[in-house]
Amino acid sequence: MLYTNLKHLESAADHQKAIIENENVMVICGRMGPMCIPVYGIAEELEKDYSHVKFYDMEFDNPESHVIRNLPEVKGFMGIPFTIYYKNGKVIKATSSIQTRDQVKTILDKEFAAAVTA
Amino acid sequence: MDSNNHYDAIVVGAGPAGLTAGIYLSRARLKTLIINEGTVGGQLILTHEIANYPGVESISGYQLANIMKKQATSFGCEIRSNINIRDLGLTNELKTITLSDGNIYTADSVILTPGGRSRTLGVTGEDNFKGRGISYCATCDGDFFTNKEIVVVGGGNSALEEAVSLTKYASKVTIVHQFDHFQAFEHAVQDARVNTRIKFIMDSTITSFHGNENLEYVDIRNLKTGRVSRFKTDGVFIFIGYIPNTEFLKGRIDLNKWGEIVVKSDMSTNIEGVFAAGDSITKRFRQVTTAVGDGTVAALAASNYLHELKIKQKQLITA
Repeated sequence: MLYTNLKHLESAADHQKAIIENENVMVICGRMGPMCIPVYGIAEELEKDYSHVKFYDMEFDNPESHVIRNLPEVKGFMGIPFTIYYKNGKVIKATSSIQTRDQVKTILDKEFAAAVTA
Repeated sequence: MDSNNHYDAIVVGAGPAGLTAGIYLSRARLKTLIINEGTVGGQLILTHEIANYPGVESISGYQLANIMKKQATSFGCEIRSNINIRDLGLTNELKTITLSDGNIYTADSVILTPGGRSRTLGVTGEDNFKGRGISYCATCDGDFFTNKEIVVVGGGNSALEEAVSLTKYASKVTIVHQFDHFQAFEHAVQDARVNTRIKFIMDSTITSFHGNENLEYVDIRNLKTGRVSRFKTDGVFIFIGYIPNTEFLKGRIDLNKWGEIVVKSDMSTNIEGVFAAGDSITKRFRQVTTAVGDGTVAALAASNYLHELKIKQKQLITA
């Protein structure tokens, strides 16, 4: 159970629905640990400034998160969270381990076009 | 002075000390802003379970931080987080803080609660292999190293305890430590020494990380002989303590040789109207409870300072 204020993806079907129904999606797949929590916090705070992006989390230990753990883009990742950015259902960027707010913003601004000043 | 951007008190940092100060100040109906460079909660949110916070049997640090944040904002405290401080002026009666987005805030008093962070090695390759072989959290990433050979850097309690815990996954754990002895408690040292999966490289430090997509080897320098040797490894876990987040205060306020803010018993600093609390101040014990206590004292002292300042300013007007 992830105790965040983000929307949770509980199943592979939820995940599929989210990335198909939304143009720009960020999914943070992790646990309630020190490398993951800061990334959830950053996403929670950026959510209001990036209304054109949907932010979700998914529990790393949920068997259904195979949809993220088995992505070719995360091959070689050895640190959670696995953060995946989708555009029109396709993975366009993936990062491993803790990220700063600036790192996340840079990806959102670059990959999801409409730059927003927070 | 823009009155919209003027506050009775600005708190720099939103860990338990800063949030407590925010609760006390805003409940005293003082206009209060908390500015935080990271995620609200500070290092508190990194604690999986807190079982020794009085009045709460067991709670995650994340949940406790969220409650503190909610309490502070419910009293009217404003919070700006994940924003950097570009400049600050503390010496004048009117304190100024400039943020990286260009906004300038002023206040009659400032409480510094910037907290601390995990120390990194700061050597070549460390940033490149974060999440691709380098980790700072055994419970987070240990299972990625099942049946692999890894290195743990450090000689304190965290390093030795985490090294032992990582033997649940790794086939071999090599502890690299800069001294010829450990700073950890004896029981932690003994637990590591009797563990057959753990080896030791003493008087040494990692000088660089190398690999292609993932970490493949490190260079280790023997600090006594100066000899550098190449060491093949699948991963490195770094546990080399904490440092206070006070670099931005250097030359602006009294810090001790470890960069901690020097405070008196009422949490006042060497600058009038500036107070400090939490993990970044000079003190021996760093706990959530001590941070909360410091934050309370700092807020009450700042409230008293603001009360006296207002009387002084009123007298100047009527004189």
